[in-house]
This record gives sequence, C-alpha cells and structure tokens, in this order.
Amino acid sequence: MIRLVGILVGLGFTFVVLLAFAFGFANWASDDTPPTAESVFHLAPKHVEFEHDGLFPSWDLAQLQRGYQVYKEVCSACHSLNQIAFRNLSELGYNEDEVKAEAANWVVPGVDPNTGEASTRPGTPTDNFPRPYANDVAARAANNNAIPPDLSLMTKARHHGPAYVYSLLTGYQEPSAELLASYPEAAPATGLHHNPYFANLNLAMAPPLTADGQVTYADGTEASIDQMAQDVAAFLTWTAEPSLVERKRAGWPVLGFLLFATILAWLAKKQVWANAKPKRKED
Amino acid sequence: MSFPWAKQYEPTNPVMKFLDEKLPLPRLVFNAVGAGYPVPRNLSYMWNFGVLAGFCLVLQIVTGVVLAMHYAANDAVAFNSVEHIMRDVNWGWLMRYAHANGASFFFVVIYLHLFRGFFYSSYKAPREMVWLIGVVIFLLMMATGFMGYVLPWGQMSFWGAKVITGLFGAIPVVGEPLQIWLLGGYAPDNAALNRFFSLHFLLPFVIAGCVILHIWALHIPGSSNPTGVEVKSESDTLPFHPYYTAKDGFGLGVALIIYMAFVFFMPNALGHPDNYIPANPLSTPAHIVPEWYFWPFYAILRAFTFDFILPAKLWGVLAMFSAILVWFFLPWLDKSPVRSGHYRPLFRKFFWLLVVDMLILFWLGGAAAEEPYVMFSQIATAYYFLHFLVILPIISSIERPEPLPFSITEAVLGEDDKAVLGDNAKPAA
Repeated sequence: MIRLVGILVGLGFTFVVLLAFAFGFANWASDDTPPTAESVFHLAPKHVEFEHDGLFPSWDLAQLQRGYQVYKEVCSACHSLNQIAFRNLSELGYNEDEVKAEAANWVVPGVDPNTGEASTRPGTPTDNFPRPYANDVAARAANNNAIPPDLSLMTKARHHGPAYVYSLLTGYQEPSAELLASYPEAAPATGLHHNPYFANLNLAMAPPLTADGQVTYADGTEASIDQMAQDVAAFLTWTAEPSLVERKRAGWPVLGFLLFATILAWLAKKQVWANAKPKRKED
Repeated sequence: MSFPWAKQYEPTNPVMKFLDEKLPLPRLVFNAVGAGYPVPRNLSYMWNFGVLAGFCLVLQIVTGVVLAMHYAANDAVAFNSVEHIMRDVNWGWLMRYAHANGASFFFVVIYLHLFRGFFYSSYKAPREMVWLIGVVIFLLMMATGFMGYVLPWGQMSFWGAKVITGLFGAIPVVGEPLQIWLLGGYAPDNAALNRFFSLHFLLPFVIAGCVILHIWALHIPGSSNPTGVEVKSESDTLPFHPYYTAKDGFGLGVALIIYMAFVFFMPNALGHPDNYIPANPLSTPAHIVPEWYFWPFYAILRAFTFDFILPAKLWGVLAMFSAILVWFFLPWLDKSPVRSGHYRPLFRKFFWLLVVDMLILFWLGGAAAEEPYVMFSQIATAYYFLHFLVILPIISSIERPEPLPFSITEAVLGEDDKAVLGDNAKPAA
C-alpha cells in the first residue's frame, strides 16, 4: 500500500516537473532575446600578483604603506574605512609615535569639553577612521545619488577581490565602438562612467586615479596609475583581513602536526589490526 | 542489548568500582563505544562517518559557544561584532573560520554517512528507528545551519532568510500569517535575528540528544556491515575498542587534515563574497544562493516553474520538503531482503545514477536561476523523485540478487570452509 502511494506521489511530482520542463523548453527554444550587454562585455578581473598571495605569504609593508597613502590622499575623500582604527596602522610598520602623529592628522567627531556640543578633535590611536560623510543622505547628495561603499571589507566582498579592485581602478575607458554599435543603450548616462570590470559596465565613481604622479610616494617609488592601483589593492587586502598572513603561517605547523599524528594513528591502526584475522580450524 | 560474547565491564580500580556501584557511567561508555560493544569485523572506512559526525557536532558546539561570548545578536551591531571577532578577539578569526568551515565539514560528513546508508540499505529492518532518527537529525542540522548563516547579518544572511522564510508564505491560507509569526515581523529584522540566535544556540543540544537516541537505537541490533549479512557468531565481530577506535582515529586524522587546509588556507572558498557586505533591505543581490549544503534542495525548489492546479511556488515548496521526507519511508519503499548494494546488481546501477543526479543538483542549486540550468534541474528533479518513489520499489520486486556469503567470517576469509563460527552458529550444510 505504502509503495503504491509512493509510486503515485513520485509520478505526480515527476509529471508536474516535466510539465514545467516542457514549457520551459518551449520558451527557451523560441526565445530569441539577444544576450545582454553585461553578459558579452563584462570582463573578468586582470591577473595581478602580491606578496601576500599563495601558500607562503608575507606582507610587503612598503607597498601597504604606499597603499595607505593612496587611500588617504585619494579614496578617503568619499570612502569610509569603518573597521580600521589608527592603532591598526602599527601593523604596517609604523612605530607608536608615528601612529600617534598620523592619527592626529585626521579630524574625528568629538564633544566640546566645555559646552558638551558636538564638535571635532584630532584623532588618537584608539579612534577608528572617520567617515567622509555625516550620513547616507549627505553621501548620496555629493555623489550623483550613489553611496560610496565602505572599503574595509571590499576585497572580501567581491569575487577575486584584490584583482577586482586593481582592474576597476585601471579599467576606465571609453565604451568600445563595437559595444555602442550593438548596444547603444549601454553608453554611460550623465554622471556615469564606463568600466568593463564593473558588473553592469557603468558606475557612478569617476576615475579616481587619473594621472601618473597623482600621489608623491614617501619612499620615492614612481607613482604610475598601475602602481597606485596595485598598492591600494594590497592595502585593502590588509584592511579586509589583517590576520591573513598570520593565518596561513599558522596553518603549516597545524598541518604538520596533523600529518604526524595521522601517520602515528595509521601505524597504531596497523598494529592493532595485525592479528585480527578470524579463527580457522587449524589454528 | 548486546551479543552474548560482549566483554563485561570489570573495574579493578577502587574508585572506578565505587563509581560503578553508584553511577555506572564508565560502564555505559564501555558498552557504547568501548570494548563492550562487539562490531562486525569487516567494516570499511565508509563506517567512519558516524564517529566523524559526532566529532563535528562537538567541534561546532565548542567553537560556537566561544563565538557566542563575543557575538551580539542585534541587527545594528551584529555585522560589526563578527568583524570584531575577526580582528580584535584573540584567535577570534580561527574560532570563526573553524565554525563556518566546521558547518561545511559537518555536512560533507553527513552526506557521505547518508549515501553510505543508501548504498548499504542501512534503513532496513531491524535498523528502521536508527534511520528515522538520523533523518530527524539531518532536518535539525539544516535548520541550525540556515539560522547560523543568518547571524553575521550580511547580504546573503538577510536575503537568504527572506527567501527561505518566504517559502512558508506559499502555504495556502495560513502561509502569510505563519511567515510573519516565524519572523516576528514582515521582513527579517531584529526580532528574527534574535530568535534565530536563540534557536541556533538551542538546536545543537537537541541534535546531541537525538544523537544519543540514534546510537542507542543502533546498539539494539548492532552495527550493519558491508555484506549486509547479520552477525551470526563471535568470530564475525571485534570489540569496538581498540579495533574501531584505532581505525576511526586514523580516519579522523585524514578528515582533519582536509578540514584544516580549508580553515587556514581557503576559509572563504565555501562562503559567498556578498556576506561581507552588511545586510541592506533596499538592495537585492544579483543571485541569492543559500549555503552549498542546501543546493540540491534549492535546485528542486526552483525546478517547479509551472502553475499546474497549484501555484508553482507551492509545488516547489512541497517538492523540496518531500525530497527529504521521502527518506522517512525508505524502509518500507525498498522491500528487497538483501541489504548491501554489493549483492544487488540492478539497484547498484541506479544508486550510482542517484549519486550523479545529486551532484548535478548540487551544481544547479548554486547556478543562476536561468536557462538552461532550470531545464537541467527539472530533469534532475524528475529523476530524484522517480528514484526513491518509483524505481526503488520496482527494482526491489524484480531484481535477482547475487548469492550472499553465509557469514561475515566467510566473507572475510573468502572461499574458506575452515572458519570457526563459534558454538552458537550452525555451519553451512
């Protein structure tokens, strides 16, 4: 009885799902909508290499410092870095005094000690990086109705994050003639900028890195657009996961120990099972 | 119950003797997972996954309790509290990655445990109750995993919660009020996040209780084995300890190496980047996908796209839940007297077809909801239901199984008529 009911239920589900298949197939076969502009012209991120990649990573502290400089002088005008405090900069190789001095360069929200009114004060190492806009409304108003996202976790919040950041920053270009010919509606609207590395090809952010030498690096590295994009991508990898290098380095002793313990467990198993044969009559 | 030749617990240490008289806890352990539990001697490594699943549960509870000490279940701060764990809590990143990947590891183990059960028909008499409790544990795990994924309150947390609780809205008449009651509001909000945290903390202990029942029910008939022939005599078994503690210990080492490789070297490989974006009710992600371990059932849900009498969404929900509920009926759907797939030539072919079908459903559940993926998932869904509800009952009637060995001992020794089967076994005529 239960099998009869089961067969009927099974055939019922199968019938309904195959009916859906039939209609889906008919629709699909007769569907001649052309592929979207995004599906044809969106590009996968470019290949770029960092010292913190791979199985034996390390931070390139000079690069992280340069990336921080790019964030400070370019990105921070619009983008916040909520998860990072000035004290975290010590991980980039700055000593305590340098961190204090750097924090003091920033203006953070404070309270007037005499009146209790909202005011501002110089940053201290325990402060987080301040937001560039007081609220989302102000952010939208200043940026063509788009909110510049927080950058702390950007490289973890996108597929191939560091390569994506690098590609986006270096990928601004005029829409190709081919694109405009087949998809005239894909041309950037007023206030939007074409970039094939962005999911829908046009974004509100104007090209932030526009000229070589836009930033004057303290360490004398030549600040080409490509260099600045790589440096800030490296810096944002660190902001997204400051423990990345520590994590991978900690992994090796863990795997080494487990391998050793597993070999011991294998030998123990072999020994325990060595005389576990069933009894035979001649024994 | 146990076999008459099971070793008896005989404490010699006076403390253990005292304890055994007042509260025989060591005796319980001895009989459950010690030398007092005789186990078929021919278990393969596919019998390792029960112990591994128990390990995963403990791992998840330990890491989860530590995470709960630092996590704040409030929609204003939940996302930042997770980043606080990642950045400011000592070894917090390890705890969180161990927990997040631990959930995946747990499901890998459970899926292998489940398919072991399918191949060797572990659901058949006399182990129906073991199987039924196992399916209950699987359902509890899915609920726990789903609610845990909501807690970081990222984009996938929020939209996943919205889609999954939205499924209840497909139920006629009571659906919408039920959905609002479950969420404590019209959309996932602080009320939902708080109750999900509470239940996410509670359910693992419910699972632990069910695991005890699962093991208890298993110990009535004893473990199954790759031949599917029941234990006949002492020479068919070995004590669990030291034989299977040693074997499972090695298996655990191998499993831990794979797991730790994920935790330390690719901890986000099984997650979704969108969950590192704070939840935003006003911005819908391009593709909403649940965690990978839900993908087969998500593919089944999305395969129903045609309103046949009932709305397509309701068909999808019914099919998705039925896809798991059908496992409850397996002991009565498959009437073949032979358990092991090794001796069932026809069943074996369809079993491997089911494995391929399930892998395809895994792939499609994670793919975008567009053609041709939806068409593929419709074919795969059709096979899924045909397999359990139509093919299995039919082949169990028409199949001619291959000859079984007389006993486990004979299977281990091969064509050997010199096996000593013990006093209480009748030798083959």
